[in-house]
Amino acid sequence: MFENLPLLSLVIWTPILAGLWVLYAGDRQEETVKYFSLAVSILVFVLSILLYVRFDTSSYKFQFVEKALWIDRFDIYYSLGIDGISLPLIMLTSFITMLIVLAAWEIIEKRISQYMAAFLILEGLMNGVFASLDAMLFYFFWEAMLIPMFLIIGIWGGPGRVYATIKFFLYTFLGSVFMLIALLYLYSEAGSFYIPDLHALPLSLTAQKYIFIAFLLAFAVKVPMWPVHTWLPDAHVEAPTGGSVILAAIMLKMGGYGFLRFSLPVVPDASFAFDGLMITLSLIAIVYIGFVALVQQDMKKLIAYSSISHMGFATLGFFVAFSIYHSGNSASGAIMAIEGGMMQMISHGFISAALFLCVGVMYERLHSRQIKDYGGVVNTMPRFAAFMMLFAMANAGLPGTSGFVGEFLVIISSFQASFLIAFLAATILILGAAFTLWMYKRVIFGDIANDKVAELTDITPREGLILGLLAIVILLFGVWPAPIFEVMHPTIEHLFEHMIQTKLG
Amino acid sequence: MTITAELVFIVPEITLLVLACIILIADTLHIEKHATLTYWLAQIALIVIIFLVLIDFPDESKRLFFGNFVSDSMSGVLKVSICAITICVFFYSYDYLKEHELIKGEYFVLGLFAVLGMMVMVSANSLLTVYLGLELMSLSLYSMVAMHRESQTASEAAMKYFVLGALASGILLYGISILYGVSGTLELPALSAYIEAQSGNNILLVFGLVFVIVGIAFKLGLVPFHMWLPDVYEGSPTSVTLFVSTAPKLAAFAMAIRLLVDGMGPMAGDWQGMLIILSVLSMAAGNIIAISQTNIKRMLAYSTIAHMGFFMLGIASATQLGYAGSMFYVMIYALMIMGAFGMVILLGRKGYEADNLDDFKGLSDRSPWFAFIMLILMFSMAGVPPFIGFWAKWFVLKEIIANGYIWLATVAVILSVIGAYYYLRIVKLMYFDKPQQMTAIKASQEMRFILSLNGLSLLFLGFMPGALMTLCIRAIGY
Repeated sequence: MFENLPLLSLVIWTPILAGLWVLYAGDRQEETVKYFSLAVSILVFVLSILLYVRFDTSSYKFQFVEKALWIDRFDIYYSLGIDGISLPLIMLTSFITMLIVLAAWEIIEKRISQYMAAFLILEGLMNGVFASLDAMLFYFFWEAMLIPMFLIIGIWGGPGRVYATIKFFLYTFLGSVFMLIALLYLYSEAGSFYIPDLHALPLSLTAQKYIFIAFLLAFAVKVPMWPVHTWLPDAHVEAPTGGSVILAAIMLKMGGYGFLRFSLPVVPDASFAFDGLMITLSLIAIVYIGFVALVQQDMKKLIAYSSISHMGFATLGFFVAFSIYHSGNSASGAIMAIEGGMMQMISHGFISAALFLCVGVMYERLHSRQIKDYGGVVNTMPRFAAFMMLFAMANAGLPGTSGFVGEFLVIISSFQASFLIAFLAATILILGAAFTLWMYKRVIFGDIANDKVAELTDITPREGLILGLLAIVILLFGVWPAPIFEVMHPTIEHLFEHMIQTKLG
Repeated sequence: MTITAELVFIVPEITLLVLACIILIADTLHIEKHATLTYWLAQIALIVIIFLVLIDFPDESKRLFFGNFVSDSMSGVLKVSICAITICVFFYSYDYLKEHELIKGEYFVLGLFAVLGMMVMVSANSLLTVYLGLELMSLSLYSMVAMHRESQTASEAAMKYFVLGALASGILLYGISILYGVSGTLELPALSAYIEAQSGNNILLVFGLVFVIVGIAFKLGLVPFHMWLPDVYEGSPTSVTLFVSTAPKLAAFAMAIRLLVDGMGPMAGDWQGMLIILSVLSMAAGNIIAISQTNIKRMLAYSTIAHMGFFMLGIASATQLGYAGSMFYVMIYALMIMGAFGMVILLGRKGYEADNLDDFKGLSDRSPWFAFIMLILMFSMAGVPPFIGFWAKWFVLKEIIANGYIWLATVAVILSVIGAYYYLRIVKLMYFDKPQQMTAIKASQEMRFILSLNGLSLLFLGFMPGALMTLCIRAIGY
């Protein structure tokens, strides 16, 4: 009986409608709202697992396709479908949202129902971004997502929240409107907003270059790439724990997803023409931002910079593929680079979420994010220290954790393009270890720094459950990443074939 | 067709005139404190007019009364919209006027006459009919602004509005006289045919065109002819601001279409450039100056200037779909600004106008529901999906891009992002700040209901914009 369920519509609209109900129910029924939100987020996660189970891993074609006319006059469709790139991201989204609902259980003191509602609605909108096959539907979800995030940072954030959230909103809004112009231009050429139609549309090189730049402005802000990354540290520092987790784990991935879904297939020639620029920007993000992370005093800021640095790997993987292919080697190396970038995105989703949740655990107890306020936490919170050790190691790219897989793939495949690129990219292994472990050492090890640390209590079972789930996932994909590769391989192979075919003429 | 047969097509206008006169008499004879009778009669009159237009909805274009009057689907759609918007405006106004002890029957009667003027404008087919409708509308509006006699700001606003409005009418009339002098006709299609037949550039025609455009720009409040607008918006009683900022914009859209497209379509190459300059200046000045305002009515006035600039882009594209985009934009705009001023009315109370930005502080603590409605209104005005304001901008942008003005679209979106800041600031005040006053919101159930409906319609239309878009495209495709 469940054969014909519109699964994609369900993973989008269930949380949105549930969120609206929660908003309506309000704080009067606080307990009900909490359990209801948890139930909904678990349900959505189960649905996303169902997607995985039913997914045909041998095909690159869009699956679970739904199509209905939306705005008939302009051929805009409510058109959904997923392939090997979007499926892992949808699963990531529903998994992380579930943890956030759990994490907010006792931490959020004011307006808990609105908090839950915002995250549920956000979850639906993010799933919508990953599942849309119509460019306008994609843009619709892409922009709508900013509203709940704006409110999350602004209402539940820290002291500088207003500045941070307005900066976040305007930055991303400015980037996105250029994408809108590019999409409208593509529509005027193709007469359709259906994304596969845009993939097939021939375009001149000049037009492609302008479109690429417009896309770049939208996606680079989201990723974020150097030099348009400055909103991220502010937003991360001021956002509540849940907001930081969503930002790092999922929103940043949307930029990467945009490159894979739009930039590379729609304007492959311009992507090739600009690949030098993209590689340079990625390397600057990896190396320079890595150094910036090293000197941070604020734990959240440090993790934020580390996110930028790690996301540089994803963009590096996507764009180094061209030089790997053109330097005479087989396509398999190039495909490996893109898959490495994709793997890096998924794995970073788990690791950054875990680290932000760890900081959240400490912040909740001590109300400080400054590294200097801590020290010797291991003495009072041994179990927590163990978890955080694992996540710090994963962030540093230790083999056996998921953080290693993506970085390793990108580095070894970029050797085929150029030694220098691979060398610079590999510095992350040192830098990442340096900034993560140094922070870990200062916060966790040593003697008990002050009275407040001495009074810390170890993690509650609820926090243990959240961190434990993340730890399992990180280890699982560290030793056995095959399920992810299996899902995305046909899609990325197809994407790559598309990328190297010229669209000129 | 004989004149008598043609009368059928102006039954709504005749009825409105008769009803307005009857209501005026009824108001003088039946004096009561709250002018309840006049209010209800005015509402009923508007509903009757909507029905009359709908019963005999003009599907095809007919030119009547020796070419002075046109009945087409655009005029039909706009007439219904104008009446519907006015019903809501009267609704919001009634509470406000009672609360602030400004209630007089004349308010509604003048409103009806203004509506009559707008209906004449949207159906005008000759230069003189346009002018006739415009003056009937403007004179009614001037007196409405001046109705709060004791208030200095209202008197100042009325004076400014009247003097500058009269100047604008004079300029428009001057342009009309030049056009008439050159072409020897007042009828718009005949004027268009005359221009079509001209070879080369007729400098006199362009001269006349400039004056007509200045007249239109004055009425819409496009930069650099916008000076009156913030003062009038701020100084008038909020209910009058509400009226001035909604229905007349639809009529002004019709005026622009009638004069520029019907009358001077073959000169599109000339007026396109002028409109683009006016648009860009309006969007830039409106959005940037709005940032520094502390009075919400003034802020919305500058936002109006910016919106009118954006809306003009659709007409500037000089295509049927572009006009449809502009029409869609102006209808959505009226819906949004109505809700925004409705909120200002809602927050005010006896002897107190909630027109300072600080009055919105902490609204989400005082009234989560209305903070949410205002949030919808603000994000919609900023053009963020899923609200309908996004589709309004989208439609216009799509058309100017389809016509190759990509740089113009880029300028427009950058200025919109700048504009997003002051809408976000309202959301910030409502959600992120602590309230300065905790007085409960005092408003009637009906007011709450209609305002909620107004806000939610923006959300609903945002998900289902197709029907309204199709309606606008059909209306234009005459």
